[in-house]
Amino acid sequence: MTLGPGLRALQVGLRLLVLAIIGFILLPSVVVSIAAFSDRAILTFPPTGFSWRWFEKALTYEDFQQGVRNGAIVMLLASSIALVIGTGAAMAIDRYRFRGRALLQAMLLSPLVVPHFTVGLGFLILAAQIGMARTYTLVVACHVVLVLPFVLRSVTVSLRNLDGRLEQAAASLGASPRRVLFTVTLPLLAPGLAGGWLFAAILSFNEFTASLFVTAQRTQTLPVAMYNYVREYADPSMAALSAIYIAVTALLLVLANRFLGLGRILGVEHGR
Amino acid sequence: MAAEPRPALQVDGVTRRFGAVTALADAWLKVPPGEFLTLLGPSGCGKSTLLNLIAGFLEPDQGEIFIDGALVTEVPVWQRGIGMVFQNYALFPHMTVAKNVAYGLAARRVPREEAARRVAEALALVKLTGMEERKPRQLSGGQQQRVALARALVIRPKLLLLDEPFSALDRNLRGAMQVELREIQRSLGIATVFVTHDQGEALSMSDRVAVMSEGRIRQVGTPEAIYRRPADRFVAEFVGDVNRLPARLVAVEGETALVECGACRLSVPAAPLAAAAAGTAVDLFLRPEQIRTAPPGTPGLTEAVVAARAFHGDHADLHCDAPGMAQRLLLRVPGHAAEGPGARLALLPDPSADAVAFPISG
Repeated sequence: MTLGPGLRALQVGLRLLVLAIIGFILLPSVVVSIAAFSDRAILTFPPTGFSWRWFEKALTYEDFQQGVRNGAIVMLLASSIALVIGTGAAMAIDRYRFRGRALLQAMLLSPLVVPHFTVGLGFLILAAQIGMARTYTLVVACHVVLVLPFVLRSVTVSLRNLDGRLEQAAASLGASPRRVLFTVTLPLLAPGLAGGWLFAAILSFNEFTASLFVTAQRTQTLPVAMYNYVREYADPSMAALSAIYIAVTALLLVLANRFLGLGRILGVEHGR
Repeated sequence: MAAEPRPALQVDGVTRRFGAVTALADAWLKVPPGEFLTLLGPSGCGKSTLLNLIAGFLEPDQGEIFIDGALVTEVPVWQRGIGMVFQNYALFPHMTVAKNVAYGLAARRVPREEAARRVAEALALVKLTGMEERKPRQLSGGQQQRVALARALVIRPKLLLLDEPFSALDRNLRGAMQVELREIQRSLGIATVFVTHDQGEALSMSDRVAVMSEGRIRQVGTPEAIYRRPADRFVAEFVGDVNRLPARLVAVEGETALVECGACRLSVPAAPLAAAAAGTAVDLFLRPEQIRTAPPGTPGLTEAVVAARAFHGDHADLHCDAPGMAQRLLLRVPGHAAEGPGARLALLPDPSADAVAFPISG
């Protein structure tokens, strides 16, 4: 295809613009990751030397280790509970027409637009009112509310792609509704469920704003531990931790995409 | 009167509405054991609604449904003991062929060894032995259909329901599958309700056909009866090709009536004309193969000019213009007949023609 000089210039310009946008998006991650390899005890960019010491510090620091453990516990519980609730709610909303259906859907999705600050503060006040200490239960409950919309979205999309005739076929073959659920519906939703769970888990592990309100010293998750650290120190161990964070999250997202991609393929196939 | 065998399916006055729309109005049907009954009609005629009511995916607003003598109107789908083949087969994509076929047996808690034996038998019946470990997506359309059939038959259903099972197959395969399905159905002696909008399929496969339109069953009868003695104008026009000619009712004599069209007088069944008075205009229906040609000037139904000729090997279709008729007439003549475009013809009814006539509607 031949292009006039004007069009070609436009094309080059567009490419540069896209590259600039991508660069802009990646810039903070890149800066932080590079700063993590600094050999000096103060955050500088560009770093003056190369060293792994801040990674070592980040991985061995007691509060961070505790934060990872707490975060993992909260993440596993919160995303699993959210998956169960979200799947049930998504099915009810997708398949049944009942009073308050739209309201239920709006309420379950509302944490998407309500600031996490508000959710965290709300849970804190509520916990204080009923005399509840800032335990894991509180943190998990708060995270369930926050990640539920994402599970709901993911399961709803999978349900829409599910061919209802497969369930009808199973019923015609003598399967009870319960059997249909466990042998047809859930197995076919599995990619969507896995994707939704993983997304919820990543969000839970990274959540900071609400967690700041509902965690205590004993239950603080990694982002909260990092915040507390950065209030007192300014060494590159924060940058090192961030770099690890970015790497792990990216890896998980790649996995999630694999799962969701698999779901798309399955959806296309049984649609034929 | 001899006692009738217990019908495999009985539909008693079933009505189903969707909001203000009556999808099915007062349907009555009886399917004796082993019969292959087809529900035929255009889309939206209520045939799928009726099938879904029989299967239990819908509940009727009025009326009762019996399967093998048992009242099932309020029995859920999974307890009705039916086998169903869906339009796009609805094979479970996450299971192998063998698991798909075994699904209904597992749901019935059939012991593993017996289930394995019956799955093997069912796959042999549909000629898919050796495909046990394939996934549905690895099969062709025809093979998927065989799996769907095996899956529906392996549970030994009291009634087999087929929802347009051939519509996704290409034409060549379709003919072969129709013959094969009918052979299997006959060998098992299983009562079958088959839904289609394809009148050719309905005529060639069925023991009896129920023609439906606008939520009503218009006529139930053998394919031959439906074709030769359509009960109303809709059935006449929907099943097979037909020509409509202007005619006049001469007289009604018992079971038959005499109508006049051009210079010809034909006897037709009197029942559809019961309300018409002698001398009124009626529509005469004649099949393309029931009209013969003669040299122009011969007294007959009408004169016509051939507008187009389509050759089909053993026969040829002549599309003819006749004076005073809005619709073209279709004639089916032997393939070697010489009439081509532009030829003038006189048209005569075949002496053995099953003509029917209906009052002019509207």
